[in-house]
Amino acid sequence: MSQQITVHDPRGYPPKVVGKRLAPRLTTLDGKTVYLVDCLFDNTDVFMEQLRQWFAERLPAVNVRVIRPQKTWSDDEAMRAAIAADGDAAILGVGL
Amino acid sequence: MGMPRLRQAYTPHPVVDQSATHLRAYIDGSDAISGRPFMQEVLDGLTSPLEQEDLQGLSFERTTPRLVEPETEDNLQRIFVENRWTDMLPIILPTEARVEAMLEGTSHPPDKIVGRLRPTVFREFWEFDVEKVAVNAVMAGARPEYFPVILALAASGITARSSSTTSFATIPVINGPIRNEIAMNTGIGVMGPYSHANATIGRAYGLLSQNLQGGSVPNESYMGSQGNWYAYTAVIPEAEERSPWQPLHVQKGFKPTDSIASIFFGGWYTHAGYGPRATWKEKMRHALAAVEQYSPPLFVMDPIVARGFVDLGFDTKEKLIDWCAENALLTAREYWDNQSVQLLRPKAVAGIEPYASRLKAHPDEVIRIYEPSEITIVVAGGETQGAWKMISGALRATVSIDAWR
Repeated sequence: MSQQITVHDPRGYPPKVVGKRLAPRLTTLDGKTVYLVDCLFDNTDVFMEQLRQWFAERLPAVNVRVIRPQKTWSDDEAMRAAIAADGDAAILGVGL
Repeated sequence: MGMPRLRQAYTPHPVVDQSATHLRAYIDGSDAISGRPFMQEVLDGLTSPLEQEDLQGLSFERTTPRLVEPETEDNLQRIFVENRWTDMLPIILPTEARVEAMLEGTSHPPDKIVGRLRPTVFREFWEFDVEKVAVNAVMAGARPEYFPVILALAASGITARSSSTTSFATIPVINGPIRNEIAMNTGIGVMGPYSHANATIGRAYGLLSQNLQGGSVPNESYMGSQGNWYAYTAVIPEAEERSPWQPLHVQKGFKPTDSIASIFFGGWYTHAGYGPRATWKEKMRHALAAVEQYSPPLFVMDPIVARGFVDLGFDTKEKLIDWCAENALLTAREYWDNQSVQLLRPKAVAGIEPYASRLKAHPDEVIRIYEPSEITIVVAGGETQGAWKMISGALRATVSIDAWR
């Protein structure tokens, strides 16, 4: 049992990670449009509605809109285009 | 993602099944990771200035070595457990000689890329070749003659270590000549620990999934709340020779002489019954109404049960499947109240049938919850009992085993 042996590593090959810079930040949210992206997981709509209400009560100068992709777990290009067209920022949730 | 400084705020778990009041408390409370006010994290994330590291992102390449540093057998068993490369049961150490022997089980070269796997849809794919699959097959205790089946499962693109919070398992059904060639058990104890081929092929699928996709680590790359015993090993070879019906792969358009793996994502619920007895319709309706309706049923029927249904006039699987689809019923209220069915709501809103009609239905209206195409019947068992099981199982992939001989 004390003899050393050589064995294979069982792991696969990870992909190369390519760095991406973060999008520019806003200096203020006043007068800006912030999208709340509902990822469509169960109860996320309830959470996002509560988040929308928080902004309405605490930061009413922020224009907050809830938006949803067409399907669960998919990249919705039309939704992203809609956010890019007139949004200043987006909050995605709820993740797992 | 290349964005290690992506700005995130964390609520506590869970979000599902919590009231609006409870979720508002998350928002008014503290970030579950940083301890700072949750909304302060959100607002800072949107407005605090970027730093140099935010602008650069992070690029890097990772490698996994072909071999582990030499060690004693005891230490290697410990290292494999500590690295979470096992299912926490002892493994066969993948020595060079054992892996070489496993590679004799296929005509494909060791460096041929087999496929890619990932724990869930928003994670990165990892890639792997024939040799890496052989390493995991050795660890599971499989024999070289099983290797084409294991390669086919690896090539399916469907992981047997899904990170879903629902704790799904992945269950392959094996059809065709390969079952008999490698002595898979379709009889007594087919779903139990009584066949070397069944046990090690199912285990190999799990081990290769977790290791070749980059891990299955609780709270990191595995979030299944309760876990799933089917994930240790689960494979069902169909008892084609003792079934009165067409085998599954022939139903799907393959030749009887093709060896095929049909991969089902589920293992979430299991109902069981006998028969068909005098009250079989009531029993089946109760069982179909008690499922988690997001995941359709995969029936595993002992040949005695299958022949019993033939005697009742169901001379094809399709006829019995149609009956099940017509009798899998819930009120629309119950159907849409299911947590996972919520994920189908966007399809309903987009007008996609049958979900759109189910959403239009009055909450008290009784609706059908499955299409016939979603329901599967396979025959397996030792004919010591007229037993059937109904296991959660959605068909995700059908792959050729012959392609990997």
